[in-house]
Formats: sequence, structure tokens, C-alpha cells
Amino acid sequence: MATEAHGGAAAEHAVGMPQLDVTTWPNQIFWLLVTLAVIYFVLNRIALPRIAAVLAERSGTIANDLTAAEELKHKAVEAERAYNDALARARADAAKIVAEARAEIQKELVAATAQADVEISAKAAQSEARIGEIRAGALEAVSTVALDTAAELVAALGGKADATAVSAAVSARLKG
Amino acid sequence: MAEGGFAIHPMDQFVVKPLFGGDHVEFYTFTNVTLWLGIAVLAIIALMVIGTRGRAIIPSRSQSIAEVLYGFIHSMVEDVTGHEGVKYFPYVMTLFMFVLAANLLGLIPMSFTTTSHVAVTVTLALLVFFGVTLLGLVRKGPAFLAMFWVSSAPLALRPVLAIIEVISYFVRPVSHSIRLAGNLMAGHAVIKVFAGFASMAVISPVAIGAVSAIYALELLVAVVQAYVFTILTCVYLKDAVGDAHH
Repeated sequence: MATEAHGGAAAEHAVGMPQLDVTTWPNQIFWLLVTLAVIYFVLNRIALPRIAAVLAERSGTIANDLTAAEELKHKAVEAERAYNDALARARADAAKIVAEARAEIQKELVAATAQADVEISAKAAQSEARIGEIRAGALEAVSTVALDTAAELVAALGGKADATAVSAAVSARLKG
Repeated sequence: MAEGGFAIHPMDQFVVKPLFGGDHVEFYTFTNVTLWLGIAVLAIIALMVIGTRGRAIIPSRSQSIAEVLYGFIHSMVEDVTGHEGVKYFPYVMTLFMFVLAANLLGLIPMSFTTTSHVAVTVTLALLVFFGVTLLGLVRKGPAFLAMFWVSSAPLALRPVLAIIEVISYFVRPVSHSIRLAGNLMAGHAVIKVFAGFASMAVISPVAIGAVSAIYALELLVAVVQAYVFTILTCVYLKDAVGDAHH
């Protein structure tokens, strides 16, 4: 439309649609076919196989990595199980050792207790004997003291102490 | 032509002219078309060959782009045409890369948009048309023609539908090519018109804003049209290699 206004300059400017100027068509079609042939050659021979190879390699690598990861995970699970097993075994061993130790200590304790009991009973018997002696001694001393005291008391009260009578009375009292 | 002072020549950018003198365009003449077709080839080589030279497992940026384009078109071919169509993937990829590169290079200021020319897009569309038709006839033989005979329709309707199907089949290269050339030509011409208005100080901010906005739109159009051209190619290819149709 603008070209119509500037009709004088039509030699330089497009007349109508340059697309419809069929004299240029052979040129465009020829060079287009050359272009397409070159692009096809380059893509088909170089670019597309290369990209396909890269993509295949990448998916292969990813698949390999996933497999490796799966394997490692498997190993980790196994290691964990082994660890748990070892732990359980160690725990069982420890429990066994504790039980043995306890049994031994128990045994020793029982033995020691028995010995102690024997010693205690021996000591107790001794003590009993001594206590008996002391008690006998004490009783004797008491009767002597009582006799003396009674004799003294009788004398102090102005009586005349008959030794035999006092002794009999004190003995009677002491027997109570 | 109220704005007589404006020098707006929106179609000048589409003129095919020899680069090294002379005004006669022979088929072998080295023209601006040749130049920009060559630049498209170099751009494709730069991206798809030089960009992927690392062959890295962890791709570089350019290799990522090449891989994305590869994966995009490869899955498109596989999804649309089925497993059988994958062996024609290099051809589809060639078309896609060429149209995409030509569309995007055409957006460089002062460049020449090869895909805005009907001669180029018609050639592409006819390559697809004849390629698919021959492929269908070779692969399926006369059974290829059964796609015009809509067996799911009532018998009485089938001849009518067959005529419609045949017409639509032969119209395919027209719509296939005009869609691409028309989109690009219209967008570029509109940019040029707005750019012409920018010579007037009062409206130049609006004009430049409009150029920027349309440029963004054209960027989208360039990619979408390359995609549309390619997926239509795949759809046509499906008729030749796929087993189910219509």
C-alpha cells in the first residue's frame, strides 16, 4: 500500500508481494533443497546419532547407579542385621557371664555364711559357757554378799548373828 | 495514504535480490535467500553438532537445548505416528530444525525470513505431501486408498465422504504451506509498518512499544508455527505408516 504511494521508487521497493514473483522461485527452491539436504546430512550422520548415544548412555548410567544404590542399600541392611546379631549375641554372653558370676558369688556367699554360722555358733557356745560361769560366779558372790550384808545388818540392829541361821535365811530368800 | 510523508515499505524485506550484483535471478544465483538459508544451516550445525561436541553425561547448556529439541520431536513422532514412524524421525527433525531456525533467524533485524516465502513453504509442504503419499502407497499398496473410504459411515454417505476426503487430502499442502508463510509474512510486515510510524516523534513511543510487543508475539509465532508445521507433518505421516485412521 505504501509502495503505491511511492510508485516512483518502485525499482528499489517491492511491487506487490515479492512472494508471488515467480522468477525468484527456482532460485529459492534450488537453494532450499540444497539447505535441506545439508541439514539432513548433518543431523542424520552426526547430530542425531550423537545425541541418541548420549541419551542412551545417560539412561544407562542412571540405571547402573540405581542398581548400585540398590545393592549398597542391600549391603547396608545386611550390615545392620549382622550388627544387631552381634549385639544380641554380646548381650546373651553378658547375661550368661552375669548369671555365672552371680551363681559363683551365691555359692561363695552360702559357704561363707555357713562358715560364719559355724563360727558364730561356736562363739555362742563359748559365750554361753562363759556366761554360765559368770552367772554361777555371780550367784555365789551374791549369796556371799547377801550373807555378809545380812550378818552386818543383824549386828547393826543390835542382834547377835547366828551364822548358821543367817545363812539358812539368806539361802531361803535367794531361792525365792 | 494520509501519512504521505511516511516511507513505509513493509514488503521490501521480502524482496529476493542477488548479493553480488546483477539483477537477474537465476536458480543458482547467490541471493539473500541463499545467505540466510546458509546461516540457518550454520546455526543448526552450531547448536546440534558443535553444541553437543562434549557428549557429556551431564550436559552443557547448548547440549541441553539440543537434547530437549531431540527429545521433543522424537516423542512427538513416536506419540503421533506410533512406533513405526520413528524411523522417519530424521526427516521430521530436519524439517523442524529448518523451520525453527529460519523463523527465529528471520526475527533478527535486517535479516531475511526464508520461511515467509511461499516458494519455500510450498516446497516443504509438497515434499511432505509427496513423501507421505508415496510412502503410504509403497507401504500399504492400494490399501492406502482405503483411508478415503470411510468405513464407519453409512454406505450411502461413503461416496460423498470419499469426495470430501480426497479434496481435503489434496488441500493439505496448501494449508500446510500458506499457514506458515502467511503467519510470518503478516507478522513481519506489521512490525515494519509500526517501525515506519516511529519516524514521527509524537507517536514514536507508541509505535516502538507496539514493535516490542509484536516482536514478543512474533517470537511465540515463530516457535509455534515450527511446532505446528512439524506436528502436521507427523499427522500426515501417520496416515502412511499408522494402522488406525479416521
